[in-house]
Amino acid sequence: MIIGLYNYWVVVVLMMIGFYIVIAHGNLIKKIVGLSIFQTSVFIFYISMAKVDGGTAPILAEGIEQYSNPLPHVLILTAIVVGIATTALGLALAVRIKEAYGSIEEEEIQNKDNLDC
Amino acid sequence: MGVAIAIVRMKDLLAVVMLLGIYSLLSASFFVAMDAVDVAFTEAAVGAGISTLLMLVAITMTGRTEHPTRHKPLLALAVVIVTGSLLIYGTLDMPYFGSAEAPIHQHVAPRYINDSMQEIGVPNIVTSVLASYRAFDTFGEVVVIFTAGMGVLALLSVVRRPRDNEKIDSYNKSMHEQHLILRIVTKMMIPFILLFAFYVQFHGDFGPGGGFQAGVIFASAILLYAMLFGMNTARRVINQSLIQLLAATGVLLYGSIGVVSLLNGKEFFDYSVLSADPVAGQHLGILLIELGVGITVASVMVIIFFNFADRRDYSASKENKDL
Repeated sequence: MIIGLYNYWVVVVLMMIGFYIVIAHGNLIKKIVGLSIFQTSVFIFYISMAKVDGGTAPILAEGIEQYSNPLPHVLILTAIVVGIATTALGLALAVRIKEAYGSIEEEEIQNKDNLDC
Repeated sequence: MGVAIAIVRMKDLLAVVMLLGIYSLLSASFFVAMDAVDVAFTEAAVGAGISTLLMLVAITMTGRTEHPTRHKPLLALAVVIVTGSLLIYGTLDMPYFGSAEAPIHQHVAPRYINDSMQEIGVPNIVTSVLASYRAFDTFGEVVVIFTAGMGVLALLSVVRRPRDNEKIDSYNKSMHEQHLILRIVTKMMIPFILLFAFYVQFHGDFGPGGGFQAGVIFASAILLYAMLFGMNTARRVINQSLIQLLAATGVLLYGSIGVVSLLNGKEFFDYSVLSADPVAGQHLGILLIELGVGITVASVMVIIFFNFADRRDYSASKENKDL
């Protein structure tokens, strides 16, 4: 059944929403929010691949035969924390841009640059 | 998904950030549903807690509303739809959701599931893969976090002059005296949050948890204190240079354990040399490494938050002078 692929479609839709925000909005904070949505969709993609039907969380216990795949969990766990660190860096850049240009709208920044030339 | 669409439409950035927090919490519940308890734990602490907070601090400095753009949204929409359809076409060859025969479950995963109990002796497979099998990878991640913290420090740090603080201090006092109930309840909760962070840190071998989550929870307790009692009170408790030193110490602790195993004639991060019994050595190694991770993550989060907050005070006082 093709409906068994629904997890990827959810991921693709979320990813495209994030992508749309990044390319269509001029506000830098909004762009960072878009990137976070994109990022989370990738997390969901990895975790949904790790899921095994009838499996359980990968913590060894008596009487459990089937576990979900632990490897993607490890990759995503670290990726989340790295993600927040890089997001913070992006926000810091946005704050500095605001101080330097008085705006975080892409167009206003560009206009200012053109005037300076 | 509805939340994500709402984020696109909203112009008020405060509402956008709040929605992002809800979105993170929802995705954390997705992760629980898909058996990734460790990941859900991290996402709930990071996405719904710290990242919302940082975004809020950032928008207090950059302004709350978004201007309407003159970009052509149709072009962007077309690009997005084409990319999306191609990606969906690509998924047609993917294995079905939950299928046990998918290629991802065939290579190294069975080994982790079947042998990690004998080799590492830690029930939580995620912890044993994170801290032992893939320790080198995790080391890289910790260094990335450390570097990002240093980047924020380089971008935002200001030289503090005590004179500027007096005005803000009095302003803070008047504001904080109003929320008496909030303050007292928080004061009672903070020790428990810190205790919980330690539990998560040292229980990571057996249940969901570990250095990354514990670090974030620990930092969030400090951030909570700083938010309610003002930055100056918090700064008296938390010494900035000590925190910076701690961030580096965490990375150093992690790396030096790798060097210790090298010096003992094994591979980098092979902890079996740390003790006479290889499994006990693995336990010790994982414990120390998670400790290093926890210290670094907690201090980097605190550094990032304090720098954002300092920057805000600094620009506020600069504006006051300009007026």
